Amino acid sequence: MYHKSQGYRIFSVFNHILLIVVALSCFLPLLHLLAQSFSSKAAVNGGLVSFWPVEFNTDAYVKTFNNRNFMGSMWISIMRTVLGTLIGMFVITTAGYALSKDFRGRNALMWIFVFTMLFSGGLIPSYILISELGLKDTIWALVLPGAFGAYNLILIMNFFKTIPKALEEAAFIDGASFFVIFTWIYLPLSLPGLATIGLFIMVGHWNSWFDGLLYMSTTEKYPLASFLQTVVVQNSAQNVALSPSEAAALSEQSIKAAQIFISTVPIIAVYPFLQKYFVKGIVLGAVKE
Amino acid sequence: MRERKKTHKTPWKIEIRKHWPLYLLCLPSLAFVLIFSYGPMAGLVMAFQDYKPWLGMTGSRWIGLENFERIFQYDEATQAIINTLIIAVIKIVVGIIVPIIMAILLNEIRLSGLKKSIQTLVYLPHFLSWVTIAGIMIDILGLDGGINRIITGWFGSEPIFFLGDPNLFRPTVIVSDLWKNFGFGMIVYLATIAGIDPSFYEASEIDGANRWQQIRHVTLPSMLPMIIVIATLSLGGILDAGFDQIFNLYNPLVYSTGDIIDTYVYRSSLLNGQYGFGTAVGLFKSGISLILIVISYRIAYKFANYKIF
Repeated sequence: MYHKSQGYRIFSVFNHILLIVVALSCFLPLLHLLAQSFSSKAAVNGGLVSFWPVEFNTDAYVKTFNNRNFMGSMWISIMRTVLGTLIGMFVITTAGYALSKDFRGRNALMWIFVFTMLFSGGLIPSYILISELGLKDTIWALVLPGAFGAYNLILIMNFFKTIPKALEEAAFIDGASFFVIFTWIYLPLSLPGLATIGLFIMVGHWNSWFDGLLYMSTTEKYPLASFLQTVVVQNSAQNVALSPSEAAALSEQSIKAAQIFISTVPIIAVYPFLQKYFVKGIVLGAVKE
Repeated sequence: MRERKKTHKTPWKIEIRKHWPLYLLCLPSLAFVLIFSYGPMAGLVMAFQDYKPWLGMTGSRWIGLENFERIFQYDEATQAIINTLIIAVIKIVVGIIVPIIMAILLNEIRLSGLKKSIQTLVYLPHFLSWVTIAGIMIDILGLDGGINRIITGWFGSEPIFFLGDPNLFRPTVIVSDLWKNFGFGMIVYLATIAGIDPSFYEASEIDGANRWQQIRHVTLPSMLPMIIVIATLSLGGILDAGFDQIFNLYNPLVYSTGDIIDTYVYRSSLLNGQYGFGTAVGLFKSGISLILIVISYRIAYKFANYKIF
């Protein structure tokens, strides 16, 4: 047998080590962040913290949860994620069901939808449109423009196509309408597909930061990701030319770490569910027979 | 396909009476797409105008292709195009090769528990936002950050300014992008490998093939159609160097090597008010990308029978 040969055994040892190191590299930065967030300011600025808190304390979290801007932004993020996911799911599943059927004009409609994946008006025209529609500085500027997504549409449409036609035909004979079949047969049978696109949409909304920067004129209206972008990234980028000691004095890395970590908690919380479905979803979206 | 359509064409009247719920169910999506996707496309006329916000699209002066000519007159703009091409091409190439290798290597791990744990960990970074990752990177890659502490403490050399040195910015961006996305890129390959008929391996074993020969003559050829699809489809991203990442990592010190089309559009238009010019640069990018995508889909269809829908 091949895996008994000596050469293969040596390879196997190195292979295991390589993959374990690579896998750890994907997770250790987050652990580092978590350790920093629970360490004292002095320990963090002195570079003493690696993957375990030094001088354990929760000051950074107390300060963060008492930061009104942070909490306000978190609330906006929660609202946009809930609203955005509900609207997105409604829009995409309805069209996805219809387009999984054969009817006249279906291909033309499909091209209208898919074309949005291939070409876009770009930054300035989108910005001007949102301004003209009067959506600037409202939560709708964060929710509506991205509600439809062609990729998710194709994904759920392919999922609907795997449901046996016989079920639908039987329901038709019993006098059910398209709407009844959609709500009572297709949706319940497509829970994994719905979970996949639902989680994709949720994560997308939670992580989305640029639209907040673009469409909100004051930082109080920023969602959490945009808030973090200004606190963590913009400040650092401006300070990049400062000497290390100056930069350290200006920033409180333990608070930054706590803020970043809190913002990733929802992602980490849904990740186990996400992982359960997205592998299947990706494969279904990419490989079509 | 075309013949089938002709023979089955039902008159619109009958079709609508029979299928009206299906048309109705498409309406919400259609409305969203027409407003928020096709609406901005109408705004592309600004690319041919000396657009002034107070005059609007109807009142602004038409200047033909002047905005496009300026793309090649401004050094900053041409540099951004060059940077975009370099960063995007390298990202695409390593983004194709590394996931293939990692998928094959991961497949050699027999302990299914370990294999699953590794998969769980390497898919995770894909779901973190670039803001989060940039926040971590700015900290650990800073002059007194963790990586530089190791470099100065263990090797005694000067600290390396990863995000402030024009020579190091591109490698930093490429490696961190690879780190974020290689796991996700592996998924389709792992699925392909899992779908290979085990009898191929058994037959090759009887013929005396060792593991390396099996990978070369069974695994890789089985992955080839998928590799072709992924490679051709990524052609459309050749002008997409990753706005989210660059915007959160770059700074004026590295504009010479790190400024890309999208970040340049943002600065020149939204920050400096050159709306028409910014739109023109954006249209230049998305126009070329569209042509490349159409070509790549045709190639993928021809060689691997891939269809978008």
